[in-house]
Amino acid sequence: MADMSGGAAGAGGAPGGTAAGSAAHAAPAAGAEQAAPAAPAITYREAVSEALARELRRDPAVVCLGEDIGRAGGVFKTTAGLFDEFGPSRIWDTPISEQAILGLAMGAAMTGMRPVAEIMFSDFFAVCWDYLANEIPKMRYMTGGQVTVPLVVRTANGGGLGFGAQHSQAVENWALAIPGLKVVAPSTPADVIGLMASAVRSDDPVVFFEHKGLFASKGPGAPPGHVVPLGQASVARAGTDVTVVGLAATVPMALAAADRLAAEGVSAEVVDLRCLIPLDMASVLESVRKTSRLLIVEENPYQGGWGGTVASIVADEGFELLDAPIRRVAAACVPLPFADALEDEVIPTVEKVLTAARALLAY
Amino acid sequence: MTTTGLAGSAIGAGELLGLYERMAVIRRTEKAAHDLFLAGLVKGTTHLAAGHEAVAVGASAALRPDDYVFATYRGHHHAIARGATPEECLAELMSRATGVCKAKGGSMHLTKASAGMLGSYAIVGAHLPLAAGAAWSAKLRGSGQVAVAFFGDGATNIGAFHEALNIAAVWALPVLFVCENNLYMEYTPIGSVTAVANPAADRAPAYAIPAELIDGNDVVVVTEAVSRAAERARSGGGPTVIEARTYRHFGHSRTDPATYRPADEVAEWLRRDPLDIARGRLAEMGVAPEQVAEADERAARLVAEAVAAAKAAPAPDPREAFTDVWADGGSAWRT
Ligand SMILES: Cc1ncc(C[n+]2csc(CCOP(=O)(O)OP(=O)(O)O)c2C)c(N)n1
Ligand SMILES: [Mg+2]
Repeated sequence: MADMSGGAAGAGGAPGGTAAGSAAHAAPAAGAEQAAPAAPAITYREAVSEALARELRRDPAVVCLGEDIGRAGGVFKTTAGLFDEFGPSRIWDTPISEQAILGLAMGAAMTGMRPVAEIMFSDFFAVCWDYLANEIPKMRYMTGGQVTVPLVVRTANGGGLGFGAQHSQAVENWALAIPGLKVVAPSTPADVIGLMASAVRSDDPVVFFEHKGLFASKGPGAPPGHVVPLGQASVARAGTDVTVVGLAATVPMALAAADRLAAEGVSAEVVDLRCLIPLDMASVLESVRKTSRLLIVEENPYQGGWGGTVASIVADEGFELLDAPIRRVAAACVPLPFADALEDEVIPTVEKVLTAARALLAY
Repeated sequence: MTTTGLAGSAIGAGELLGLYERMAVIRRTEKAAHDLFLAGLVKGTTHLAAGHEAVAVGASAALRPDDYVFATYRGHHHAIARGATPEECLAELMSRATGVCKAKGGSMHLTKASAGMLGSYAIVGAHLPLAAGAAWSAKLRGSGQVAVAFFGDGATNIGAFHEALNIAAVWALPVLFVCENNLYMEYTPIGSVTAVANPAADRAPAYAIPAELIDGNDVVVVTEAVSRAAERARSGGGPTVIEARTYRHFGHSRTDPATYRPADEVAEWLRRDPLDIARGRLAEMGVAPEQVAEADERAARLVAEAVAAAKAAPAPDPREAFTDVWADGGSAWRT
């Protein structure tokens, strides 16, 4: 993709690819986005409110709803400033009624609005799952295409911050399991802005996962009009020896591991999926064609995690490209524990990525 | 909560005869659906609304064409009341390409978006927040539209009902919550699982929402109650709960013989058939019995033709399974 010099490298604090790696890398599709010029650095958190503000300014049909998103600016401050700029007719504080939040968003989306609903923690999807599993994704299909549901469900996702088992899960695989939802999980501030623009403008429902562990991370912002199409992975770092596929917080993790591997003389390519639906397997297969080794790093539990889908497609369609088995670094099959020392045991870490990569290279 | 009995009405004889005919069409469509199910031409399930006709037809008469209606899996009457044809509904039930949802929805999901009938929902209670959302949208757009959610007595015990009522009241949304209380949730008497006597109307005061408990078998009563509530909603007065008492003539679904209902209760409600009540009102208004008979004949002919046309319609093209997931018309999930 065309943004190798842009946001992806920034958030992870990792350098871009080696000259050799970059030269060897063939862009899998014509990049629709422009490489960002050196925009001032912003945090991932600020990027969320900036992304929403841009869409609210652009289209009067965009309206936000959620708990504490108004004057309070959101519990993660991801909607800071929106109430002041757009007022109560665009930014709606709701009761603690997750079913009503998603149900109202859906009803409004069916009747001409483009709602952006916030579910404070992705764990709370479980209390409004009917809307995500049965209502929002199926309406168009069940009615033979009569009804369009253009909405975005934003949510804070993922672990690493010690919030315990009910506020730390990475649940993008829940959404992946439902035909009819588009699933987005950016890793950089620029991608937050570019992907949010696509999500809000999409006529399909989009679940937009904002990773809690990335809110404080910094990277280049995005130029005006920045749009990242849904379903285009980015090569966050080019390399030749092993492909490391990540999503959201596991992208900077993979980039940090790639730095250490570079010191060991190994050239790792890091592919940031950016979206699970549409899933850009063309970019993954293209990378594996070059490296012949695939390591998938995901925060979902190994059982049922998105890496299983990626692995199965590569096994199906890229078997002859591989020189080694596909490996996955995923969360363990236990609820997320509270203590740092325990949480690190369960979710992926740079050390686990390194160990897996070294074993894969030695295969 | 106010209780409304048989009121004097502003509805004229001609209009009432039209409402009667529409109820007759629904009644015959439901009978046809029942027979087609028994004949093996309708697969899966049906939840027939024979007996509930006055709620749908009365409400439709009170609404604007651009208002929004959300119904349950027991929703054939709402689809037809809003303008779906018996033919496209029966074709949907019979898995035909000409079905109102291209045979992708089935009996439980009849939808006619172009007529403001925004769906039939099979997860109990799920559509109450959707109706509130459509009402919120109408409010945001300043369109003057109202949204109506029709639901069963059983739906008043699920969380979405309570979430929807609360937020609708807090945001003063132009939405009507119309409970079709047919005394049973599936096979269980609603009274045996509900803390209050009137499952919807008695809950409304907890959300500071005005409620009306009405005779859901009298199309005139329904029309007037919905008119009042819609007027209040359009003028910024917020939501209303209407609990319409009614009774289903068939079992809950499929071939349920409904033996759990006492015979005297069934007999009493059959004496209160909404078509009979409308016929009585027409007679009182001086409408000739021949005119009513003609309406019945037109309804019978329409439904007979609908059955024939639906039977003759082709099955869907198998490739239709892979359309309409996304707004671009397709179902691709990879790039
Ligand atoms: C959430 C949910 N729980 C249970 C069911 C199964 N179910 C379908 S209809 C029904 C009874 C609903 O009763 P009521 O709301 O009174 O509507 P009615 O069928 O009488 O019109 C039940 C339990 C369902 N579809 N959805
Ligand atoms: Mg009932």
